[in-house]
Amino acid sequence: MARSLKFNIFRYNPQDSESTPHMESFVLEETDSMTLFIALNRIREEQDPSLQFDFCCRAGICGSCGMVINGRPGLACHTKTKDLPADITLLPLPVFQLVGDLSVDTGSWFRELYDTVESWIHTKKVFDPAAPEERMEDEVAESIYELDRCIECGCCIAACGTARMRPDFLGAAGINKVGRFLIDPRDERTEQDYYEIIGTDMGIFGCMGLLACEDVCPKHMPLQNQLGFLRRKMGITALKNFFGK
Amino acid sequence: MQTIYTDVLVIGAGLAGERAAIEAAQAGFSAICLSLVPSRRSHSSAAMGGMQAALGNCAKGDGDCPDVHFSDTVKGSDWGCDQEVARMFADNAPIEMRRLAHWGVPWGRVVPGKGSYFKGGKLYDKEEKEENRGLINSRDFGGTAKWRTCYVSDGTGHSVLYTVDNVCAKLGVEVHDKTEAISLIHDGATCFGAVARCLRTGELRVYLAKASVIATGGFGRIYPGTTNAVICDGGGHITALNTGIVPMGNMEAVQFHPTGIVPTEILVTEGCRGDGGTLLDVNEERFMHVYEPEKQELASRDVVARWMTHHIRQGKGVKSPYGDHLWLDIRHLGEKHITGKLREVYEICTSFLGVDPIHQLIPVRPTHHYSMGGVRTNKDGAAYGLGGLFSVGEAACWDMHGFNRLGGNSLAETVVAGGIVGKKIAEFLQGAEVTFNSAVIDAEVKKQQERIQNVIRCKAGTENVYKVRAAMQDALFKGANIFRTKEGLTECIATLQETLARARKVGLKSNGLGVNPELSAALKIEGQVKMALMLSCGALNRTESRGSHNREDFPARNDRDWLSRTLAYWKSETDDLPTLKYEAATQVFHIPPGDRGYGKSEIIKADAKAESKGE
Repeated sequence: MARSLKFNIFRYNPQDSESTPHMESFVLEETDSMTLFIALNRIREEQDPSLQFDFCCRAGICGSCGMVINGRPGLACHTKTKDLPADITLLPLPVFQLVGDLSVDTGSWFRELYDTVESWIHTKKVFDPAAPEERMEDEVAESIYELDRCIECGCCIAACGTARMRPDFLGAAGINKVGRFLIDPRDERTEQDYYEIIGTDMGIFGCMGLLACEDVCPKHMPLQNQLGFLRRKMGITALKNFFGK
Repeated sequence: MQTIYTDVLVIGAGLAGERAAIEAAQAGFSAICLSLVPSRRSHSSAAMGGMQAALGNCAKGDGDCPDVHFSDTVKGSDWGCDQEVARMFADNAPIEMRRLAHWGVPWGRVVPGKGSYFKGGKLYDKEEKEENRGLINSRDFGGTAKWRTCYVSDGTGHSVLYTVDNVCAKLGVEVHDKTEAISLIHDGATCFGAVARCLRTGELRVYLAKASVIATGGFGRIYPGTTNAVICDGGGHITALNTGIVPMGNMEAVQFHPTGIVPTEILVTEGCRGDGGTLLDVNEERFMHVYEPEKQELASRDVVARWMTHHIRQGKGVKSPYGDHLWLDIRHLGEKHITGKLREVYEICTSFLGVDPIHQLIPVRPTHHYSMGGVRTNKDGAAYGLGGLFSVGEAACWDMHGFNRLGGNSLAETVVAGGIVGKKIAEFLQGAEVTFNSAVIDAEVKKQQERIQNVIRCKAGTENVYKVRAAMQDALFKGANIFRTKEGLTECIATLQETLARARKVGLKSNGLGVNPELSAALKIEGQVKMALMLSCGALNRTESRGSHNREDFPARNDRDWLSRTLAYWKSETDDLPTLKYEAATQVFHIPPGDRGYGKSEIIKADAKAESKGE
């Protein structure tokens, strides 16, 4: 016998003067292999076509559908209803600006981050179309990809104590991004350059070590190790600065 | 009304659009990309397997060169491609891969020494040369003579998109995300930009530009089951076809990928088979080697998808509540490989299917995957019919893929074509001046405002947009699938014409305020049904089988009558059917039409006598 699922969903449309933030319930009969992607689309198509939420790839790859699922930030597309109780509460991710209902603006937040950490390869070399590529050990490439896998879903930011208190905190996603370029031999920035970016409370020293970021990361990024690694590295840089080497 | 001016307006911020914008920005022009989603969520990010480029660094790619890549691409297209375009693509692909390496893509690299690989379930040895240590590596993909697909684990699209988006950030290419272009502004000769709807507030905005580019990817969502992301709904194509003067090329050329998972239709990469995975039937026996002794599981996608469907029709499918399927077996590749080079596959199987691919079989069947057709452009990427309008990537029919594209060629196309077309746009902009006619702009804005109000107020009717959409998808699924017939297509077109009438009567149930998703769907449903009609009418007219277009009633490839590209126009808004025209598939033949070497089929030669002409 299929379960009857009760979805308690945050509703608010800032563009509708009559709308006020509230919770609304929808009931659906559970079907085989049901995910929150399937459930939310059914609610929209069958019950309330104004319901706002974000999905894109629906395969856990693009990071669009971060939301708070029964109290925990996660990707809705790969969350199966059979892993949840019959009472399901869905809230938009905190920290990010609300667009409406479950939809938030992660794009603006991350775009600002790219500028802050200058998330691109800094090199004086000019590309020569006639030359073969510069060599790189496969192991190095793999270790860069390991950190490049972040899908910027925002779950780690929404779960972060510091990010909830300081709007300028880079969060695990931001700090990990710095780590990705720091280990890339093509990037000519020095540790001092990276220190300028993350050697403050806005960066690595703002982390309180609660590490919910690691717990909620849907891609299982090694965020705890990254935070530890960069904290040590930046700590040493700070000492060097203090003692003038 | 907010009006924003830029030199180049790119509609879509996936790899093709951003790569083109970078060329313009590097030449000193301002560029804005519009995107439904934050740029890094574009569907390019979901392309896992890799990009084909004839670098020839790895042992199994030894001796590769752009000539071989070109030849594979033309054969793959079943001689439906523009050979000049395919040639430009193959020549530029290696340079583009190196450029991406320079920009920061962590390509997999050659590790020298002895190693092994799987093919058809058997283990073989190979040895990588010391002199190639650390150069860009490649894996095997279908329909290729060499291992040619450059990869970053199985997150190639993701990694390349992030890198290219970083370069955009560095160069100041603006991305206006959560913004949807809903119509082009033009005077019948020149395109001036677009009217767009902000998906943060629901307000309309005008973007004026000297050059506009449609780079919105595929339109798979007009089918009920597709590997495409939900944003691949043809929105960009609709803006072009609504002009009445810009044609869509080869809309009937639709690719079905052999390994969509069952259920949910999520793609698992061709890299699974490239790395040695096999396809099994209900008896857990291989079958592809029987149909295709040479290429086996690694024939081109159209051929593998066709044989899989054939095999299921022979009663060899595995029964499931979601219909019959086959199995993909990668167990023999081992845990290290599966959780390393096929990590996304591992995650998709475990989180969506509850299947552990290290020990279990993956349920798969051919699933809608790619649109070879799209906005028809010349080899510079300039759209037919309107000055100042370009198109690039999957959205375009540039046309290097013809009637079937090879795995790894579309992700490569995004950046290679993006670079080539971007350069042409920059050339176009040098000294180009445009006079914007405010009457044209105001009229277009007014038209869109009225359209929105009419849908909100249910002026034409109260048809439910989701039901109309489902009717369209169902018609295509039944009539314009892997195998097609005259009867099936005729019925499909009749249903779609009824659906078009219904689409014109859609009205909202909700209030339409702000970023109303029902309104977003309603604004494009009529255009989507028109695209579906272009597709099915093109398929009915084309009385031959070529690449992914298989007519059971016309099984031969007919080079005498159909070595051509379909151009579909929607001449007048109120028309009920598209107008079809044809042009030669290619102006230049480097390789004359011949046998592909796989997917055995009858060929009516170009010089065959007319009496054997089909219907």
